[in-house]
Amino acid sequence: MDIFLQQIINGLVQGSVYALVALGYTMVYGILGLINFAHGEVVMAGAMLALSALTALISWGVAPLLALPVSLILAMAGCMLLGFGIERIAYRPLRHAPRLAPLITAIGVSIVLQNLAMMIWGRDYHAFPQLIKNQPHYVGGAIINDIQIIIVIMAVVIMAGLMIVVHRTSLGRAMRAVAENQHAAQLMGVDVNRVISITFMLGSALAAVAGLMVSANYGLAHYYMGFLLGLKAFTAAVLGGIGNLRGAMLGGLLLGLIESLGAGYIGPLTNGFMGSQYQDVFAFFVLIAVLVFRPSGLLGERLAERA
Amino acid sequence: MKKNLPLCSPISPRAREIICIILFVAVLPFLTDALLGRGWVRIVDFAMLYIMLALGLNIVVGYAGLLDLGYIAFYAVGAYCYALTSSPHLALAYPLLFPDGLHLSFLIVLPLAALLAGGFGILLGAPTLRLRGDYLAIVTLGFGEIVRIFMNNLNAPVNLTNGPQGISMIDPVRIAGVSLNTTQQVFGFSLPSVHLYFYLFAGFTAVVVFVSHRLEKSRIGRAWMAIREDEVAASAMGINTRNLKLLAFAMGAMFGGVSGTLFAGFQGFVSPESFSLMESIMVLCMVVLGGMGNIYGVILGGMTLALLPEVLRHSIVPLQQAMFGRTLIDPESLRMLLFGTALIGVMLFRPAGLWPSRVRRRELATDEAEQ
Repeated sequence: MDIFLQQIINGLVQGSVYALVALGYTMVYGILGLINFAHGEVVMAGAMLALSALTALISWGVAPLLALPVSLILAMAGCMLLGFGIERIAYRPLRHAPRLAPLITAIGVSIVLQNLAMMIWGRDYHAFPQLIKNQPHYVGGAIINDIQIIIVIMAVVIMAGLMIVVHRTSLGRAMRAVAENQHAAQLMGVDVNRVISITFMLGSALAAVAGLMVSANYGLAHYYMGFLLGLKAFTAAVLGGIGNLRGAMLGGLLLGLIESLGAGYIGPLTNGFMGSQYQDVFAFFVLIAVLVFRPSGLLGERLAERA
Repeated sequence: MKKNLPLCSPISPRAREIICIILFVAVLPFLTDALLGRGWVRIVDFAMLYIMLALGLNIVVGYAGLLDLGYIAFYAVGAYCYALTSSPHLALAYPLLFPDGLHLSFLIVLPLAALLAGGFGILLGAPTLRLRGDYLAIVTLGFGEIVRIFMNNLNAPVNLTNGPQGISMIDPVRIAGVSLNTTQQVFGFSLPSVHLYFYLFAGFTAVVVFVSHRLEKSRIGRAWMAIREDEVAASAMGINTRNLKLLAFAMGAMFGGVSGTLFAGFQGFVSPESFSLMESIMVLCMVVLGGMGNIYGVILGGMTLALLPEVLRHSIVPLQQAMFGRTLIDPESLRMLLFGTALIGVMLFRPAGLWPSRVRRRELATDEAEQ
């Protein structure tokens, strides 16, 4: 029973990170119908920037509790700039190109970012400095520590904030209008290019937060960390129904839970034949099963045919 | 289109073209060897394998319009098929059952591997028939990862793939008693192993090109393209979309399996590392960058993307030495950086690929006009 609870906690923490990254994928997809393959690298850039800022600030003698938010804001700003640049350079010129062309530029951007990061930060793992006393708490036989609590609370707050922005502000209305029909939105006086840029920047800011969360949770950051994380988050977005914000959140949490429960129980279930190294297989099997029965994801609407 | 009159000219322009290509292919390894060295012949051999893979994927993505991000899994199936049946691996794992391991002939394994890979293609295709576009992409990606993870972990409790270490000491390709791993004398020419493999791969590539070409012009090919353009309309026209989509997956997978088998024989060693997601993406890049749906474009794309990293690898260090007098930037990451930049650059200037297919271009033009 305590294993069950522990895996639920781990799954929720991991799932909230997936959800934040998945939101970035799904927002861009909703508006442009495009898989932003470079999004995982933006998460990595966020983690690396935050880590560098943090190390620098602490070496200058700034108090850790002040340094953390400052470096988070710096990383978010950096990532927003990055997201803006990616859209400008790699996606905007191809908006009316064949559907797979932006996919290739996205892969190109992802390769470039990865290798730039390797040049700047090197191949080594970077340790995340321990800033706050990471107090473990015992809940019914399971352990949850401070960082994990902060991650979940922050994720919930940010997602609630995003929902308010999208559903209650004029910017959000413009975003939804562009997602619905770009031409009509333009006729109604929406500056489509601006809305798309802002969407990329919003998604990148979320990615920066997620990057910091992951590196704080595992205590590590690495130039290659964005690839698998981005892949999982994209899987989560598709699981929930890509293009749908609530779907991305649900998909992220579900994927996190499935993975950690799968990792915990796959051994006993298969009588020791398969161990926790098969957790990714488990996640992908669930994904395939869900998509076979609900071809447009859990909360997705039926996709209109795209040529 | 004017018809060639066979009586007037003994050799039609078409035949002349083919003869030229054959002559070019025949001297290519010698030329590469003389100008660039033996190592480059090996690189060209790998480029041929990639071209075969890209042509196989072109059937799935280019003709039938099914975005497949896990294509390398079929390559892996073919490679592991040959690795298991023609290496001492089984002897190490099961000394009682197979005292010497299995050493089946290449010509027996090849069709088996193709069939097995085709079966895997149907296995992937069947549950995903209702999925479209990016949903299909993510499921195929998941499939590729599942295959890779299984290969990585099937060393315990049953040792089938030897896990991350991979299977080594795979028998070289042996045709009619001639092992391609040794230098052979043919008509006074001394043909080293890499040259022999080159001719083998060139032969297989020619077959793949021929089959793709005939498929493209056939009823099946036209049906695939109809499905690509509009699935609902295609099925309304009486096309059995289910069977044809499965056929596309199976055909593409078979080509992947064949090239995987060749890869295992050539390399003599397989491990899950060769079948990562990045490889799938690379093959897809070859297809899209070259020009989806156009055989020549895909060949061009495969050649470019297979050779470009190698050219960069060999030119970056000397270039840096010449410019700064020493190696300033890590050549490996600079190489990939330039590669990524090239991908972006080519797509920005030629969004439909380097050499787009004529049908596709016509369609794109009308799409634009409608909007």
